[in-house]
Amino acid sequence: MKIYRIHALICAGGQCITAGGDSFEEALKRAITEKGLEDEIQVVETGCMGACEKGPMMVAYPEGILYVHLKPEDANEIVEEHFLKGRPVQRLMWKEADGNFPTLDQVPFFAHQTKVVLRNCGLIDSENIEEFIAREGYSALAKALSSLKPEEIVDEIKKSGLRGRGGAGFPTGLKWEFAAKEVSDQKYVVTNADEGDPGAYMDRSIIEGDPHTIIEGMAIAGYAIGASKGYIYCRAEYPIAIKRLDLALKNARKFGLLGKNILGSDFNFDIEVRMGAGAFVCGEETALLRSIEGKRGEPTNKPPYPSQKGLFGHPTVINNVETFANIPFIIAEGYEKFRRIGTETNPGTKVFSLAGKVITTGLIEVPLGISLRKIIYDIGGGIPNGKKFKGALMGGPSGGVVPASKLDTPIDFESLQEIDSMMGSGGMIIMDEDSCMVDIAKYFLKFTVDESCGKCTPCREGTRQMLEILERISSGKGKETDLEDLLSLAKTIQQTSLCGLGQSAPNPVISTIRWFRDEYEAHIKDKTCTAGVCSMKKPTLEVKKNAKKIAH
Amino acid sequence: MQKKSLIEKLHDIQENQKNTNHLPKDMIIEAAKESNVSLSKAFGVATFYTMFSTQKRGKHIIRICQNQSCHMANSALVVDELKKTLCIDFGETSEDGLFTLEHSSCLGMCSIAPCMMIDDRPYGNLTPGKVVEIIHSIKVGA
Repeated sequence: MKIYRIHALICAGGQCITAGGDSFEEALKRAITEKGLEDEIQVVETGCMGACEKGPMMVAYPEGILYVHLKPEDANEIVEEHFLKGRPVQRLMWKEADGNFPTLDQVPFFAHQTKVVLRNCGLIDSENIEEFIAREGYSALAKALSSLKPEEIVDEIKKSGLRGRGGAGFPTGLKWEFAAKEVSDQKYVVTNADEGDPGAYMDRSIIEGDPHTIIEGMAIAGYAIGASKGYIYCRAEYPIAIKRLDLALKNARKFGLLGKNILGSDFNFDIEVRMGAGAFVCGEETALLRSIEGKRGEPTNKPPYPSQKGLFGHPTVINNVETFANIPFIIAEGYEKFRRIGTETNPGTKVFSLAGKVITTGLIEVPLGISLRKIIYDIGGGIPNGKKFKGALMGGPSGGVVPASKLDTPIDFESLQEIDSMMGSGGMIIMDEDSCMVDIAKYFLKFTVDESCGKCTPCREGTRQMLEILERISSGKGKETDLEDLLSLAKTIQQTSLCGLGQSAPNPVISTIRWFRDEYEAHIKDKTCTAGVCSMKKPTLEVKKNAKKIAH
Repeated sequence: MQKKSLIEKLHDIQENQKNTNHLPKDMIIEAAKESNVSLSKAFGVATFYTMFSTQKRGKHIIRICQNQSCHMANSALVVDELKKTLCIDFGETSEDGLFTLEHSSCLGMCSIAPCMMIDDRPYGNLTPGKVVEIIHSIKVGA
């Protein structure tokens, strides 16, 4: 193997590329060639490093020097000064508020994280299967096939206490056990990569940064429940993720890690990618399965559960991307080690995408049970521009707002539910005093109204009624009875909707009324929006008409 | 490999209509026959998913991310500029047949909000000035 003096790891996560990372990489490679340093410096494209707001970013090893906000014109200076003369370019380095230039392991944003799911993200070239294998990749699958019986795997996952990371937190081991017990000549393993919650991009980052870990997790699941076929259902809005998945599947087949007689055993398993076509409701498991079958993505009644009668009517295990990414760790390291992370009832970690009004936004992984305060202030660096924290939106359109008074609530499935919020899939949008809670609730209701599939009445009509009331309130025409009407509608929709989308749709309204009732009342009684967001009058003229005037 | 599902067939059909980005009626009928599903079911699928269109669209589809992070990062200004530049509203196609403006669910690029996608390519850190440049560069390349 070739030895290099410097390894320059460039983040090729979706956001860094979009921010111009690809043109920087080109410029850097050109500069390295011009100086004749190709044999001394290796440039590696990795998956998401996490600090997306600082992108495009690069880490130069052995020191772990962090370069941020890179532009193509910076490439020459880095090669000339740092790579050639050994003088890191401070003006481009990550700088803390105290004026220091920390290396990767010293930056608080990274130092306070615990990486299980993201263990390879930002470290390896996700398009190179050998780098994954060098990081012990596929060793869990090898261990499973060579020394564990299927029921021992199910038992291990049950003991680990792993709970589904898609939002609901159902015990993964139980799900597998149900499917394993079914008798059928055909069973399926499905990955739900239809990540649609606004502000959530954990699954995309995991797939883009470490696609083989999903393949390995699915293959282990296939062996455990007796399935020979898997599908990854990925939304069409993620073209980079789909491309990397396709490549990873091809390489895994080439290496004999998918296909017939995997690793010399009698276990056969293969995976296909299915692309969505733009429908939020397909993130709901029964709707997703219908979509893989080529039908309209409408949810169906449960029971029967997918583990009994799932894809094409056969027993199916369907888990979220992040859930599968935990499997290789649990099998390779043992359930005890996994349980040492997190809390008794919520073991392990959770990946969040931290967005909104926080100094460093991006992808983070933390042990469950951590407080929101730690995430926002220790990892995210606090609220920018000296503003005050107002609320954190968790769980997207199914979740709720965590107010400042609840900043110390431990992040776990039950504690969040108690305060009318939700773990959700991992989107976390931080808001400061400039955000209006009525506006937020209205935004999410609008989202649900747009995305409701229309199959059941409470969701289709009920959310529309709620939205109308909210629109009235935010335009200064609220009535005294509006809040009670909202809560009563919310209760009906929660109790009578067919699927999770409808049942959870009222959550943002319920939680904002519970924690920010004064703000609603100010809108209704005083006709004022304290945050200054709602116009409190009818929307102004359509922009389109103005546009035509200008064009003439 | 299994047979292609109806959704995959529709993806293929739309992919091949480079200039109109839509599903022509006769081709949906053909796909329905091949998949052995009724016409009503096939049209049901074609109209259920937002990325499929039974109406002709522009050569390039602009998808604006509608997420809260983009909203908080003033995506409305960018949208206004796009509407003005192209003289169209959401769901409409520009007169030259080049661009159709659409909403998109969250594109997952909150750290570089506001963002959008044109065809398969994502764009972030948008400003009114930047979108005008992007549109111009696509027009020149077209």
